[in-house]
Amino acid sequence: MKYIIKKILMMILTLVVVSLCVFLAFNFIPGDPATRKLGTEATPELIQQYRESMGLNDPVIVQYFRWFTSFVKGDMGTSYNYNQSVASIIVKKIPITLTLAIMSFIIMVGLSIPIGIYTAKHENGVIDKVIMVLNQIIMAVPPFFSGILLTFVFGMIFKFFKPGGFISYEKDLGGFIGYLILPALAIALPKAAMCIKLLRGSVIAEAQKDYTRTAYSRGNSTGEVLYRHVLKNAMIPVITFMGMALADMVAGSIVIEQVFGIPGISKILLTSISNRDYPVVEAIIMGIAIIVIVVNLLVDIIYRIIDPRIEVE
Amino acid sequence: MMKRSIGSKRALSLLLVVLSTLTLTLGGCSSKKAEESVTQENATESGSTEGDNASQDSAETEDTADLSEITIGIPQDISGLDPHTVTGAGTKEILFNIYEGLVKPDAEGNLNPAVASEYTISDDGTVYSFTLRDGIKFHDGSQVTVEDIKYSIERNAGTDGSEPLISAFSNIESVDIVDDSHVDIKLKEANTEFLAYLTVAIIPASNTDTEGNPIGTGPYMYVSRSPQENVILTRFDDYWGDAAYIKDVTLKIESNPDSIVMDLEGGSIDMYARLTSTQISQLSENFDVYEGTMNLVQAMFLNNAAQPFNDVRVRQALCYAIDPQTIMDFVSDGMGTEIGSGVFPAFTKYYMPELTETYNQDIDKAKELLTEAGYPDGFEFTITVPSNYTQHVDTAQVIVEQLKEIGVTANIQEIEWNSWLSDVYTDRNYEATVVGLDASTLTGYALFSRYESSAHNNFLNYSNADYDAAFANAIGTADDDAKTEYYKECEKILSEDAAAVYIQDLPEFVALNKKYTGYEFYPLYVQDIAKIRPAE
Repeated sequence: MKYIIKKILMMILTLVVVSLCVFLAFNFIPGDPATRKLGTEATPELIQQYRESMGLNDPVIVQYFRWFTSFVKGDMGTSYNYNQSVASIIVKKIPITLTLAIMSFIIMVGLSIPIGIYTAKHENGVIDKVIMVLNQIIMAVPPFFSGILLTFVFGMIFKFFKPGGFISYEKDLGGFIGYLILPALAIALPKAAMCIKLLRGSVIAEAQKDYTRTAYSRGNSTGEVLYRHVLKNAMIPVITFMGMALADMVAGSIVIEQVFGIPGISKILLTSISNRDYPVVEAIIMGIAIIVIVVNLLVDIIYRIIDPRIEVE
Repeated sequence: MMKRSIGSKRALSLLLVVLSTLTLTLGGCSSKKAEESVTQENATESGSTEGDNASQDSAETEDTADLSEITIGIPQDISGLDPHTVTGAGTKEILFNIYEGLVKPDAEGNLNPAVASEYTISDDGTVYSFTLRDGIKFHDGSQVTVEDIKYSIERNAGTDGSEPLISAFSNIESVDIVDDSHVDIKLKEANTEFLAYLTVAIIPASNTDTEGNPIGTGPYMYVSRSPQENVILTRFDDYWGDAAYIKDVTLKIESNPDSIVMDLEGGSIDMYARLTSTQISQLSENFDVYEGTMNLVQAMFLNNAAQPFNDVRVRQALCYAIDPQTIMDFVSDGMGTEIGSGVFPAFTKYYMPELTETYNQDIDKAKELLTEAGYPDGFEFTITVPSNYTQHVDTAQVIVEQLKEIGVTANIQEIEWNSWLSDVYTDRNYEATVVGLDASTLTGYALFSRYESSAHNNFLNYSNADYDAAFANAIGTADDDAKTEYYKECEKILSEDAAAVYIQDLPEFVALNKKYTGYEFYPLYVQDIAKIRPAE
């Protein structure tokens, strides 16, 4: 219980620091929401009037506290650029990015665990060697490039899908998921490759430990030893990696959303940064930060379930 | 003009090599794609194209026979829907389809009556009288009234004590309702060009949420928008004028320039304006390419208040050193139109083509002027360029090479558009910059007012007593011929005084799927979707 409270306090502190950093960053980088909003036709008087009405003339700390108090109350403010409430802008975009991240995660887990175990079991076999070479290649290809490659092959040559023809989940859920398969694959492949390598290495290392020999000497079959004893221990570093990978996928979808023309939060995030639309940026960064923190917490909890010896401190 | 030393050629060819290597590495992938997709299309043409198309079409629409919908790619999201507060040419060119003013520009640059059916301007240019078009309706079905006109004009003029949204509207004395169908707009000072500003949108006075529920009188009405995804419009069937051809329009935001060609070829967009010549070369024959101009004054603008550009000889030396033709060859395959002053050619009334001859490239002359000005060994300065405009960055790169010839070292600093707006445009904290300036309205005022010494948007810090006098004369006179002469005088002064290094009006390419036709260029930033129609 003490642990949970401590953890939650840390979470809140982290979020406050993150939001303050974002706010300060906007004050250090050049550019101003007022000039951006009013464009080249604006008179200095008009810019002044707008700055005053948006509260942009107040000291940074005052602006931060104003934002912070309303954020805590659940009001994320109004976007400068879209003249809409931030909530209404991002609420419809979050499912898109989240679906993409979760699909990538499922693909990563679905590929890496069976292949990782297989290659470890058949260490130095022909298939193992082939997979390891392929792995090395896939790891070296950045997601944006495999994204372009996949679009070209499946979109332009085989015409499986229409490049840029994103289908909204509100219109057609099946079409939406179908459109996201390739982008999810592009994100998942390099991560899966790393995961396979990690799992294979981890299983092989565990298999050489004393308890494995003991398990065999008790008359267990290879399968029993592997799944009941070795795998549990071998999974610990892999779960750490997967947790990091999931958080990374949410952030990493930024590039892939650009390549495939997916209107998720990352497109909004990027344009809002260049528009100095900090209410939107703050909201999205806080969202990503919360996801990262929650995933970390989950990883800690899963550790304890798999290996009760681990005392989370 | 053609005298060019070996050194310059070598430098330029080096630049060419560097640039083309970059283009190859960066664009190689996509250009190959386009070629292959062409052969792909040709190969399947005989057999499966028809079935292919049919299945594709039926997947996206119920109704394929009449091509009643179109998807148009736009480079950035619109910045809002309230026609009086939005800025940015990219937004206004879209809202052109939703809103109309008392008058409205056409493709020839004339102002035609729109919400008003006719107008008269008093001889002294102080009273503009309008007759409301009979039976004209807003998108919500309500009748347009003279109160709506008064409301819309006054909202922009800041009659309630706030800052006017359009600075020219501070000249409005009053908006008077004469009767149910007549409105007079009275000006404080005579201005015969004021009509061009009355293209400002007329919106219903009763609408309290213009941003969320935009209502206008244009040929298309707003349906919905999703930030960074799309804006959806549909035809307004009670439109007073020629109805639009295509019923449903989706404006899809294409924020990634690398995927535009792929999206056109793949069929997720049917049209895209402002493509580069490289992108055009990657397109297959499924597209018609319309060639026009961007209607911009592209120039290297100099901070006339900063050393050494406060010396006219230095500015002229730069003009002599820089050859617009070479820039056009590099930046846009030789297309584009050279300009010699602050007017682009679509402004036929004021455009003086002979001004391109004021400075023909002459390295010796340039060196001479620099020596006279006290810089025999040249000097060093920074060109600040907004990084999102490839064509301006490329132009700056050619300029750097050309200036080496006269011993001047220019460094390029690429900055974000937003930083450009605040540092260069608003704070005027720069030495030189390469951008294109458009005109907000089809008036001499829109082109020339920024060079007036005290103008709020005079980011060049240009100051010339003769210019100010000519400009004051131009806006002061009601006689159109005399006004044109004064504006031409302004134009000439800008050229001879080398207020900026004027370069070109950039070429514009629009790709439209062959299923559609009818795209029209305007001398302003406008995308007139109502003119686009199915090809057969």
